[in-house]
Formats: sequence, structure tokens, C-alpha cells
Amino acid sequence: MTISKIWVFAEATDGNATTTTLEMLAKAGELADTVECVTAADADLATELGAHGASKVFTVAGTDGKLQGPTVSSAIANAVEAGNGPDAILIATSYSGRDVAGRLSVKLDAPVITNVVDIVESDGTLAGVEPVFGGTQDVITKFTSDKVEIFLVRPKSFAAAEDPSGAAAGTEELAAGDLGNTGTAVVTNRFVEEQTGPSLDDAAVVVSGGRGLGEEAKFEMIEELAGLVGGAPGASRAIVDAGWVPYSYQVGQTGKVVKPTVYIAAGISGATQHLVGMKGSKNIVAINKDPEAPIFSVADLGIIGDVHKVMPALIEAIKNR
Amino acid sequence: MNIVVCVKQIPDPADPGELDPNTKTLKRDVKLILDESDSYGVEMALQLVDTAGGGEVTLVSMAPNNEVGGIRTALAMGAAKAVLVSDEALVGTDALGTAKVLAKAIERAGDADLVVTATESSDGYTGTVPEQVAELLGLPSITFAKSIEVDGATVKVQRQTEAGYDDVEAPTPAVISVTAGVVEPRYPSFKGIMAAKSKPVDEVTVADLGLDADAVGWAGARQEITEIATAEAREAGTIIEDEGEGYAQIVDFLADLKVI
Repeated sequence: MTISKIWVFAEATDGNATTTTLEMLAKAGELADTVECVTAADADLATELGAHGASKVFTVAGTDGKLQGPTVSSAIANAVEAGNGPDAILIATSYSGRDVAGRLSVKLDAPVITNVVDIVESDGTLAGVEPVFGGTQDVITKFTSDKVEIFLVRPKSFAAAEDPSGAAAGTEELAAGDLGNTGTAVVTNRFVEEQTGPSLDDAAVVVSGGRGLGEEAKFEMIEELAGLVGGAPGASRAIVDAGWVPYSYQVGQTGKVVKPTVYIAAGISGATQHLVGMKGSKNIVAINKDPEAPIFSVADLGIIGDVHKVMPALIEAIKNR
Repeated sequence: MNIVVCVKQIPDPADPGELDPNTKTLKRDVKLILDESDSYGVEMALQLVDTAGGGEVTLVSMAPNNEVGGIRTALAMGAAKAVLVSDEALVGTDALGTAKVLAKAIERAGDADLVVTATESSDGYTGTVPEQVAELLGLPSITFAKSIEVDGATVKVQRQTEAGYDDVEAPTPAVISVTAGVVEPRYPSFKGIMAAKSKPVDEVTVADLGLDADAVGWAGARQEITEIATAEAREAGTIIEDEGEGYAQIVDFLADLKVI
């Protein structure tokens, strides 16, 4: 099957397209002649999506106060059944993205290639590149069915257009139809957690802590250093699982993928799970008492030492500058 | 209240194994353990049944070679019974095929008020199975739950979001995926471990579930691994032993990069 039309599931925060949406649009433009978006966001988003290469934006109504999975997947499936669907669809590995991809996969009886960090052409079809074993190996997988090719794409896999200059995209409403029992979950309240400093996604410096900190209270050192350098605090899965910090702090395969200018890993051994989420950082500093810790294999500067001594001294030195 | 928890038995992540170059799947000749991600769902389900004052937790799992090591761990924590789908035909099954098997196994497990899963497994981590199971069962779902409360026939969940969390409600039965760290999984007691040995594990094949063999395995996955390539490695860095001045090296490093 030749790939001539790709859809991108476009997500928005505060009225702007998410960075991953724009990254996927850039890649889709390289792979297909026609790039269109489907979104649960406002039609106003069509200006920005058009600038980044979308020629049309399909809006799905009826998602207010609902989770996007059932509604958006149903609308896409309807379009596919009517013969107006894409050859492939790119969906971000986000909370809503996974919901949409999972539901859509069942509706179309189409497999999903997940955790993709690149998409390449392979004999007239598309193949997804997925890093395994902490990013030491890449598995390249293509579809052998004639179904719509669904890819779940990890954030920061591609560069968004630097000079977005496309015309505003036209919009068309897509109907979700009757969702039956699957559409009965409702959002009753939304809570925004106060955040000081940059987000993990955008920070130029990320300071992360792991099990080597020894106890929950010591995470304050991570937050203090992050604050001093204008960075964001992050965490390994081990201490998220232990309940020291919320899931939103997690860097790794199951958490955020970060690519800051500097990544500082304190008391993190560097399980494959963690490496996948940070080895794309431009510079990596690691502090760990175990000289054999895998984190040192990706570190530009590694300090074999006690995090309880190195971190306070580092914080003091930066304060005194 | 009856809850079905989907659990996966995986190779120990501390010893992640490798890909078999012939079958292009994970080598699974190692002992499998309960995926730690699933221990949170098991614990959550046990607590919800306790709070409800009645009912039981049933495990549903899919594994090659009749592996039960991980299931026994969850039974020892307090689950009442398990349905284990084990079949050679399952080799190569992808997430969608897995969801098809789990959905049938959940129906076999009996009427459930909730189906609880992890957000993703620690080895395959596609993160699509919970939503696929929900769609196959025609149920509402709430993924990425930080907390779950059942109030009559309504399940109330705090769902993780990019910005914070949402309060989300759905009528039961519903599928809920829980994030790690939401509860403290109990350690199985000695009594629990002994009791687990005699708890019923209903071992079934793909055919027993009424599923076509083509729906699972490599045929069902409809994907082909074209290449396994070695990724570009990072250049080796400077590694030094801290003798009290290690921090100064970091300060210089950060200053050179102009981040301080």
C-alpha cells in the first residue's frame, strides 16, 4: 500500500498545539503528499496546524467534559469506513493519545506500532523504529496488513518546522456517532497543579534523583539544585513507585522523554527504563557511588561518589557564585 | 464487589534478557515474575473489595508454557483465583491480540464490577492494552488512575493529566488502569503463600476461549520486524572518583555550557 495521506491526531494545551503535534506534522510532511489533522480541540487551531503543513483539520465535537479516547476514535473509524480515512495516522504517546490509539485499533481491527522514535519508508509502506534495551538497539517494524497504519510516537522524536509558513487549514466536522456504553465516563473537575519554573519538557536543565538519595526528604536537594539553575526536577521510576514524588516527575520509558541541554542524574543507577528517557540529552552529568552503574556509560561527566556529599557541595558552590 | 485484575508475568527487569535473533521475540527461557507494575493494581483491587465488605479478586493472565510463578505471587497477596491463558499459538502476539485474549478471559472469569490493569507492562510497554480491552468489552474506561473510589454503581477516579489531574466518573462495570506508586503493595505473608498453592488457576487455551488462532500470534500481529539495528552509542565521557572536589568539576562543566 502506498502512503499518500497521513493524519496526525492534534492535541492542544491552552489553545496551542502541543510540541509533539508539531513534531509529528513535520515528519508526516516528509512522508506523504497530503497531511491532515483530526482534533478534539477548537477549530481555531487550524491556523497553527495549517502553518505546520496540515491542509485540512477535522474537528470532533462532543468531547467537552469527556475523555477523548472513545469520541475521537469513533469519529476516525467512521471516516475510514466511509472511505475518507488516511493511509496512516500518527498519534502522540500522551494520556489521550494512547486512549485514542487503543480504541481505534479495536474499531479498525488494526495493529498499532508503539513507542516509535522514527518512521521510515519500507517497500512502499511505513515502518516504525522503536528503541529497546535502553536504546542500545532499534527494532524496525512494518505492517503487513492493508489496514490504516497506526503509529504511537514518542515526544521529541522529530524537529518541528522552524519556519512554519503554510496557509491556514480548512476545517470540517467529523461526527463521532453513538458511543453507547463506551462514552459514559465524564470529567467532573480538573485540577492544575501549581508549577514553579519550567516544565520537564521545556527545561534547559533537568536534575533527576533516584533511589540513591536514600530517603524521600533528600529529594529536596534535587528541587533546590533545579531551582538554582532554572531547571526542572525529575525522578527515576524507582522513587516514583516508592511514592516519593508524583508520576508526573518520572523520566524514562514509562514517563517523560527529555532532551535538555544538561541532564544531571543524582543517585540514579541508569536502568534501561530510565536511559530511554534521557540519553538524548545534549550533555549528561551523573553522580553515583557505584562505579559499575550503567548511567556512567552515557555520562559526559561522571562523578563516582556519595550523592549526599557531592550534591550539598555543588549546591553551596553554585549559591556562592 | 468483584474485580478482575489483568497481570503479566515477565522476565525479571533486573535481568532483562535479550532478543532471540531467530524468532525476534524476547527470549523467555528465564523464570517469569509478577510485573511490579501489576502489583499496584492487585493491591488496589484487594483494598476496594475490603472496603466494599465482600466479593473477590480474580486474576487474568496470558503466558507461554503454563507459567504461574507471577500469578502465585498475586494469589499470595490475596487474590482468590486466576484464569491463565497458555498456548503455543500465542508466541508473537502483539498488544491487540493480547487484548483479544484478555477480553475473552475476563468474560470467562465471570461478572466483574471493575477490570483493573497497570498503565503498561514493564517489558513491552505499549500502553494500549487497557483501552483495547475496554473497547472489546464495550465498556467505559479511565486510564492513568491515581486513586479509585467506588460509590454504589459509580467508579470515581483521579486521572493523571499533563497539568495535574482530572476527577473522572464512570458507571460500573468499567476498565481502570492504575499508575505505579498509587498504593503500597503488601508483601505476601507466609500464610498467604501457603494458601496460594491451593487456589484455583483455570488454565485454558486460545481455542477454549473461542478465539481463532489467526487472531493471535505472528499471524494476528500482522507486523514484520524488518531489522534489529545497533543504535548509535554515546561517546565515552570523563569519569572521575570524588575525593571532595567532584562538585567543582560539575560547576566548571555547567559554567562551560553557560547554564550557570
